[in-house]
Amino acid sequence: MNTENIQSVLVRNPGIEFNPDIFSGIKINRSAVEKRCSDYSVRRSIKKQKQAAWLMKVISLIDLTTLSGDDTNSRVRRLCRKALSPLNERLVESLSIESLNLTTAAVCVYYDMLNAAKKALNGCDINLAAVSTGFPAGLSPLPLRIEEIKYSVAAGANEIDIVISRRHVLQGNWQKLYEEVRSFREACGESHLKTILATGEIGNLSNIAKASQVCMMAGADFIKTSTGKEPVNATLPVSLVMARMIRDYYEQTGYMVGFKPAGGVSDSKTALQYMVMVKEELGRRWLEPDLLRFGASSLLSDIERQLDHFASGYYSTYYRHPLA
Amino acid sequence: MTIIESFKELDYSQSMESDSLAYDWLKKYGNRFGQYIDGEFTSQEKAKLIEVINPSDSSLLAKIEIADKKQIDVAVKAALNSQTSWFNVGGHERSKVLYALARSLQKHARLASVLETLDNGKPIRESRDADIPLAIRHFYHHAGWAQLQDTELSGYAPIGVAAQIIPWNFPLLMLAWKIAPALAMGNSIILKPAEQTPLTAMLFAHLCHDAGVPKGVVNIVNGAGDTGAYLAAHPKVNKVAFTGSTSVGREIRKSTAGQGKKLTLELGGKSAFLVFDDADLDSAVEGLVDSIWFNQGEVCCAGSRLLVQASVEDKLHKKIKQRMKKLRSGQPLDKSIDVGSLVSRSQYEQVDSLVKNGLDKGGNIYQPSKSRPENNYYPPTLITDIESSHPLAQEEIFGPVLISMSFRTQREAIELANNTRYGLTASVWSENINRAMDVAPKLKSGVVWINSHNRFDASCGFGGVKESGFGREGGKEGLYEYLKLKDPIIIKKNKATKPIKKDPKNSSIDRTLKFYIGGKQVRPDGGYSMATYNADSSLAAWIGAGNRKDIRNAVDAACKAKGWSSSTAHIRAQIIYYLAENLSTRMDEWIERLQVSCGIDCKSSLNEFNASISRLFSYAAWADKFDGLAHNAPYRGVTIALPEAVGVIAQIAPESQPLLSSISLIAPAIAMGNCVVFIPDESNANIALELIQVLETSDIPPGVINIVSGDKLSLSEQLAGHAEVDSVWCWADNSTISVVESTSVENLKRTWCHQNNDRDWTVLRHEEDQEFLRQATEIKNIWTPYGD
Repeated sequence: MNTENIQSVLVRNPGIEFNPDIFSGIKINRSAVEKRCSDYSVRRSIKKQKQAAWLMKVISLIDLTTLSGDDTNSRVRRLCRKALSPLNERLVESLSIESLNLTTAAVCVYYDMLNAAKKALNGCDINLAAVSTGFPAGLSPLPLRIEEIKYSVAAGANEIDIVISRRHVLQGNWQKLYEEVRSFREACGESHLKTILATGEIGNLSNIAKASQVCMMAGADFIKTSTGKEPVNATLPVSLVMARMIRDYYEQTGYMVGFKPAGGVSDSKTALQYMVMVKEELGRRWLEPDLLRFGASSLLSDIERQLDHFASGYYSTYYRHPLA
Repeated sequence: MTIIESFKELDYSQSMESDSLAYDWLKKYGNRFGQYIDGEFTSQEKAKLIEVINPSDSSLLAKIEIADKKQIDVAVKAALNSQTSWFNVGGHERSKVLYALARSLQKHARLASVLETLDNGKPIRESRDADIPLAIRHFYHHAGWAQLQDTELSGYAPIGVAAQIIPWNFPLLMLAWKIAPALAMGNSIILKPAEQTPLTAMLFAHLCHDAGVPKGVVNIVNGAGDTGAYLAAHPKVNKVAFTGSTSVGREIRKSTAGQGKKLTLELGGKSAFLVFDDADLDSAVEGLVDSIWFNQGEVCCAGSRLLVQASVEDKLHKKIKQRMKKLRSGQPLDKSIDVGSLVSRSQYEQVDSLVKNGLDKGGNIYQPSKSRPENNYYPPTLITDIESSHPLAQEEIFGPVLISMSFRTQREAIELANNTRYGLTASVWSENINRAMDVAPKLKSGVVWINSHNRFDASCGFGGVKESGFGREGGKEGLYEYLKLKDPIIIKKNKATKPIKKDPKNSSIDRTLKFYIGGKQVRPDGGYSMATYNADSSLAAWIGAGNRKDIRNAVDAACKAKGWSSSTAHIRAQIIYYLAENLSTRMDEWIERLQVSCGIDCKSSLNEFNASISRLFSYAAWADKFDGLAHNAPYRGVTIALPEAVGVIAQIAPESQPLLSSISLIAPAIAMGNCVVFIPDESNANIALELIQVLETSDIPPGVINIVSGDKLSLSEQLAGHAEVDSVWCWADNSTISVVESTSVENLKRTWCHQNNDRDWTVLRHEEDQEFLRQATEIKNIWTPYGD
C-alpha cells in the first residue's frame, strides 16, 4: 500500500501577505506544457479493476453542479438525490462497494437554490457549494458581491465558488485582485473559498500562473479553472500550470491548496488524465476531496456507464442510469 | 487486491504489452537468423553465432550468424550489380518502393515495437511512440524525395554502393535514417546492425522482400565490430555511413583513408542543456526527462551536461530531484514505466564503473531508486558539485546520468557549453527570445533545441560538428550525403605550342616571395627557401619553404580572425568585389605571368584571368544569398536550418590553373565567413604568392586569408593534424590524400579530398558552385517551438 498519508488533516490556507516578487517573474512556455500534457495518457496506464477504483474516486471528487437560468427546486432535488447515491444499488452491489457509502463531494448551485438543496440533502455528510459574487461575469458592485457571499454562507453553503475580476488580471492590477479575493475570504468565514480564475478569459498561461499565485496568497482554499460559461473551460495545459503553482505555493508556505477543474471534463477518459496529472505533479494526497474537485454535470453519467461495463462486461446506455 | 483497496491506494496498473506475436515471429525462423544477401535469406550451418539477449531478464531471444568475409564480398557484389538499374528505374519507381516500405512498417508497427523493446530493453512506450513512428516517417518523407529527385537534384548522381553501420540504441530508427535516403537517391546498400540488437533489421529484411525491393539493393549482414570494419574498408564500397562511438568512428576514418570514399560519421556527444534564470523551470525539468532519461540516457544527443544559471541552481535541483522520484522503472514491456533496462550487462557495468570511478574525484550523487543489476536497470542519476575538469563532465557516459554545473553569465554559459570535444546538440531554455536567438548560433553543435530537447523529424537534418562527427541525416541537407556530382568535366590541358619566354626585362631584380600570415608578409620560420620554375624551366621566383611552425602561426592567425564570420554578409561581399576590382587593374601583368609560368597561350591565359574575376564576383554575390531553410516539421514551431561558417579551413590547392583554382577555393570559403590557410601546389606556387599584393590592398582583415608555401605533403599533414583546423580541402595525389584523411582523425575534422586535376576550373556548373558553398558551411538546425 501507498505509504503517503492520505488521512492527514488539512490545515486551511490562511493566505500570506501580498508579495509580487513571488510571481512577477513567472513565465510559462506553452509548447513545453503541452508536450508534458501529451504524456499523461501514454506514460501511465490504469486498467480494469484499478480503473474502476479510480473512477469511483472521481465520483467522490465531483461537485455535482447545476447552474442554469431554468433551475427549479425539483431539478435541484433530483441533483441532490443523485449526489447522495451516484450509482444505482444494483451496480453498488455488483461492485461490492456498499461499505464506501459513495457520494459526490458536493452539490453546487446558485444562492436561490440553496434552500431546496439543503432540504434535499437532509443533513447528510456532503458539502453544499454556492456560486457567488455575480457569477459568472463578476461585474456587480463589490459590496454586493461580498454581501452575496454572506447570504450564501447564512443559507448554509459551506463552500463558496467565487469569480475573480478578470479585468484586474488583464490590467495587471495584482494588488487589487489580492484585496478583492482577501475580502471574499473574510466574507466566507468558516466556509471554504474556491476562486474561479476564468482561465479562458485571462489571456495566457503566464497570467493564469500569476492569478493562481495571487489567489492563494489571498487565502483561497481551492483554485478553480472556469465558470463553465466561458468559450474555453478547463483544459489540461491550464490545469498543469495551476497544479505547478499549487506545488510551488506549498513548497514556499507549507499550505496545501486544492484544485478544481470545471467545465470540459465530461468523460471518464478525460477525468483520468486529470487524475494522473494531479498525482504526478502534486502526489497522492491531492487525490482527496479536500484538495481536488471536478466541477461537472455530465461526467457522472459517463462514469456510471464505464463502471457498469466493468461490472457486467458489456456497455451500458444512459437511460439505464437515473438522471442527475 | 480488492476494489476497495485499489480505491484507497490509487496506484497505476502494470500494463504489459503482449509479447506473444514477437515470440511467434522469432520461432517462425527457428530463433536463428543468417544474412539477407541479394534478395535471399542465407544461412550457414557452421557459422559463428552471437546470442541475442533480452537485457531485462537475460533470456535468450535468438542467435544470429556472423557473416564471413566471403558473404560480405557477395553482398557488396550484389549491391554493385543492382545499383545502376535501381537508379535507372527512375525517381517515381523508387518512390513507390519506399512508400511500400513505409506502409509495410506501419502495418507491422506493433510487432516491430515489441521486438525492439525485447531486444534493447527500452520502454515499450518509447519504441511504440518514438522509435517506430519516426522510422516510418523517415520512409514516407524520403519516398517524397525519390519522387522529386529527377527535377530537384538532376545535376547529381547516386554515389553507388553504401556500407551502413548502425548502433544498438535506436536499432530500427537508425536503420531508417540510413536506408531511406540512400535508397531514395538510387544507391544500393549493405547494412550491418549492431550485434546486440539485430532483430528489427531482420524483420525489415523480410519487409523488403515482401515490398518488392529489387534483389541486391538492400543487403543486411550480421556481425560485430570486425565485420563492420571489413565492410567499411571494402574496396568496392563508395560510401560509408556510421553511427556509433567516437573511437570506432576514428577507426573507420583511418581504415578508409585514401580510398576515395564518402564518409558520414555520427558519433558521441556530451550535449549541453542550458537553463537560464528566465526559463520556465518546471518545463525545463520535463525537458530533462525527455533529454537524459529518454531511452535510459543511451542517446548520443542526450542533454547530459546541465548548465544552470547560479541564481536558480538550488531551485532547479530541488525540482529535478522531486521529479526524479516520480520516474517509474520496471519491465520494459510495462506501459506505465519511464525507464527500462540498459542494453546489456557490459553497458550496465560500464555506466556503473564510470560513475563509481568518477565519484572518487568528487561530486555528490542523487539517485531516487536502487539499481537492479539482474535487470540491467540503472537508476536515474543526478551528479552535482563538480567542475568542468571532472571526468564525469568530460566523458560520454551513455546512461541515465545527468551532471550539473552552474554559470554566472550568458557568456560563461556559452563558453562552458562549448568546452567539450563534442558538438552534437544543445538546448537553450529561456523565455527571452533575444537571449535564445543570440545563444543558439554561438553553440558549437549541429542541432540546437530552444525550450525543448530530443525533437527529431525526417525533414530536419541531424548531425554534429567537432568530434561528434560530420555529415547530416534527414532533410535536404542529408540527401547530399548520398549524392555526387554528375559527369565531372575533366580538364583539357591547353598548353601553348611554344612556351612563352620570360621577358628578360622583368628578371633583372631577384624575386623572393614571402608567406602571408595574419595580414603580413613574413619570412619562413626555418629560413629555408626553394625555387619555382616557369614552363620554360627558367627560374620564376624564390619562395619560402614552410614548416610546422609556419603552419602553427598561420592557424593561430586564422583562429584570431574568426570574428570574420560575424561580420555581415554584405561586408564580406563588398570586400570580395573589391578584391576582384584590384585584381582586374593588374590584368596585363597577370596575363603575362600565367603564360610564362604555366606555358599556356595568351587566349587561355586571358580565359583563366577573366574566369578568376568572374569567380570572385560569383562568390561575392553568393555571400548574402546562400540562405538557410525553414523546415516544415510536424510541430507548432519552426526549424531553421542555418548555414554557418565551418571555422578554419585548410586548403591544399590543385596543380592546374593556379590563379583560377586558388580563387575558386579561397573565395567561397571566405564568402561564407571562414578563415583559410592556403597551401599552393609546389609547381606554380609563385602564382598564389603573387596574389598577396592584391590581397594586401583589398581590406581583407588580417588572418582571414593566410598563405604558406613549401612541401605540399608535409604541410598538409601538419594541417590535417592540427586540432584548431576544422576542415581540410585537398587536391593532391593519392598518397597525400591518404595522409590527410588518416591524420584528420586527430580531431575528426571534415575532409574534402580530390585528385589533383579533377576538373576544368574555367566553367563551374551550378551544382559544383553549390558544393563549394556547402563545404564552406555547416548546417545547424535550430528548433524553435512557439506559442503563448
